[in-house]
Amino acid sequence: MSSIAISGIKTRTGAMDRSDSLRPLALAAPLLLLLAFSFGAPIVLLLSRAVYEPTIANTLPHTIAALGTDSAAGVPAEPVFHAFAEDMKAAQAAGAIYEFAKTLNTRLPGARSQVLRVARLAGQDAAVTKEAMIKAAPLLGEDQGWAAIRSGTNRLTSFFLLSAFDLRWTDQGTIGAVPAGQAVFTRVFGRTFLIATLVTLATLALAFPLAYVMTNVRPLIAGIVLVLVLLPFWTSILVRTAAWTVILQKYGLLNDLLLWLGVTSDRLELMYSRTGLIIAMTHIQLPFTLLPIYSVMRAVNTSQLRAAQSLGARPLTVFRRVYLPQVMPGVLAGCLLTFILCLGYYITPVLIGGASDQLISNFIANYVNVELNWEMAAALSFVLLASTLGLYVTMTRYLGLDLFKMG
Amino acid sequence: MVSTGQSSSLREALAESAHSATGQQGTAAGGKTGAAATSKPAAGREKGKPADAKFVEFIDVEKTYGNFHAVRRLNLSIGRGEFLTFLGPSGSGKTTTLNMLAGFERPSQGVITLDGKSVDRLPPYDRNIGMVFQNYALFPHMSVADNVAFPLSVRKVSKADIGPRVTRALEMVRLERFKDRKPTQLSGGQQQRVALARALVYQPSLVLMDEPLGALDKKLREHMQIELKQIHEMLGVTIVYVTHDQSEALTMSDRVAIFENGAIVQIGTPDGLYNEPATAFVASFIGENNALDGIVERVDGDQCLVTLPTGLRTTAMAIGDIRPGAPVQLAVRPERIAGGGDHSDNRFLATVDGRIYHGDHQRLLARLPSGQVLTVKISPDATMATGEAIDLGWRTADCRAFPAGVAPDGITANTGSVS
Repeated sequence: MSSIAISGIKTRTGAMDRSDSLRPLALAAPLLLLLAFSFGAPIVLLLSRAVYEPTIANTLPHTIAALGTDSAAGVPAEPVFHAFAEDMKAAQAAGAIYEFAKTLNTRLPGARSQVLRVARLAGQDAAVTKEAMIKAAPLLGEDQGWAAIRSGTNRLTSFFLLSAFDLRWTDQGTIGAVPAGQAVFTRVFGRTFLIATLVTLATLALAFPLAYVMTNVRPLIAGIVLVLVLLPFWTSILVRTAAWTVILQKYGLLNDLLLWLGVTSDRLELMYSRTGLIIAMTHIQLPFTLLPIYSVMRAVNTSQLRAAQSLGARPLTVFRRVYLPQVMPGVLAGCLLTFILCLGYYITPVLIGGASDQLISNFIANYVNVELNWEMAAALSFVLLASTLGLYVTMTRYLGLDLFKMG
Repeated sequence: MVSTGQSSSLREALAESAHSATGQQGTAAGGKTGAAATSKPAAGREKGKPADAKFVEFIDVEKTYGNFHAVRRLNLSIGRGEFLTFLGPSGSGKTTTLNMLAGFERPSQGVITLDGKSVDRLPPYDRNIGMVFQNYALFPHMSVADNVAFPLSVRKVSKADIGPRVTRALEMVRLERFKDRKPTQLSGGQQQRVALARALVYQPSLVLMDEPLGALDKKLREHMQIELKQIHEMLGVTIVYVTHDQSEALTMSDRVAIFENGAIVQIGTPDGLYNEPATAFVASFIGENNALDGIVERVDGDQCLVTLPTGLRTTAMAIGDIRPGAPVQLAVRPERIAGGGDHSDNRFLATVDGRIYHGDHQRLLARLPSGQVLTVKISPDATMATGEAIDLGWRTADCRAFPAGVAPDGITANTGSVS
């Protein structure tokens, strides 16, 4: 008690005491440690896999040494093939061959089975020739096969990040587009941003008038409306999404209602469609857009609006020049929140969206869960995180919105 | 009552700047109130001719919310250039009346005219009335200068004119140094002066003020009262002022309208209200007052004889419907009770109950034999000990008897022994 009082006096009378500024930090230390270990470190480790990929280099120590003396580009000479066979044999023995085959396959589609075949060959015949190896694995006789191996010997790689933008290093050493058939991610990113934009606009169109009404009705009614808006907010997103499948499916409630009302003559395909996805996401995101807008609207003093009118401003002018500038920070905060959350949607597109409505998160999940391609998952996550941070910085820097002040 | 024709440099400055923007100003004000403007030429006011006594008129105006009568049968005329204050306790209908004049509320019944023309269908933004609010209602996202420029820019005044007019308006409230600040960077008093400049910059002929000084501390409030009064005299603008602070009303107003339960119970000059209150409510609401209950014994013209509970008797002025045998409430101002001078028509013996020092005067608490305690204003030098017997008295003209129990509109009056 007394020490607090004394230190309080010290800060007021003397110079800034260092321990005083550190004390709040010490109180937050357990949380900061938890965040660092459970949140910061995994993210850094995962994201680092987008640019750090050591499997190929670890599997091919002899090949790398042999390639070092063989400076020519393209398919190397016999000694390198010998070294490669040795590496394959070692990998086979160590059980690392499948990992290597899978990793090479991500850079060189079709390489997986050929690598396994060569490894088997090298295991049976210690003196396997270049010719026999090329016969078993035709890619080893091609320039692009060895280009992939050479680039793989470098543990740091830009391959996955470029792939996230549908780009690659060409044989000429420049950055170019991947073949049209393999280009996926720019389209998926574009779709993700488009759906996030549409959902954000839809929530804004619903939330703005609702927030305005809530600030202008009796507190009791405003409270009831708030509970109704927040009620879904308190249930799991999985439950809400499942509820929407009940409503949106072909023989579901919405189609029944539309038919009964005579709005449509046929049952609409709302499930597994973009319309259904946007409807469900809009509903789920509504509170995120609404609450920041509601909080700033409540802070606007209604006497200002009266004052503006008495000063000669027509209602539209009052809205444009007095009301809107004051609620704009809340509108931007709400929209930014919803937009960023929409970029990371996963469950709802899986359950309600169709095959062509899968967002970037679904691809990341696929790489993690199905393809076991952590590098690609990390690269896509990195792009998503970077664009989110970029958006936030733009908003705070150029639109003067400070989310930390909003709270 | 009205202070017109007081020429001053500031007034000329504001008028001069308005002249250059007459085109726009004219359509805003003159266009809406054109009919009256032709019968009473604008030039007439400027030369200080007798003011139009019915610049604003309320005719049988009522406002009800469901079963609740916020304002009942209000009839009121406000003269051009007048400073009129609506004074009353909260919930007495004064703010509702002001809001009806501003256009924020519509009368349930009756007509309000402004410059001879009904404003019934006129929205607030077409009335060309300035308004100042208790919480300042400045726009927080605009600078001080932008706030003051707002009414000019919505009137499409040219940019070249706005600058000088804003500067002059801010000079009038001595805030030109702060024009680039945001309102939140100013003190309460400064903010209210900005609001005042904003309400005056477009030269409305009528300015409404809804408890504008209510949020300020006492010293600042008194300072602002003087400033407001000076601005009123300089500009000759009509001001309708709402307050529940009776000293504020007495300090500034040409006339004060006392509101009680949605009706005006008395309207008059500050000294008229103070010296000749028409009801017990007005007597107790304006200034300090000693209230005594009694029974009328005899009525003699405009005077009556009243018996107090213990048999003491006093003569008093009979106000309203006073009949022998009826209960009355007596009202005597503390400063009208004299310490036993020969001039007193009524004399009593009392004992000193206490003495409160106020600097420029003292308040003596004097207990009558009946047990009632009177407050008496005495000289700051008087030295009376508690328990000491004193001789008190008042003149008949200084004691007013009102019908007790029921106020004129059927509401029970305040019957505290000392207010």
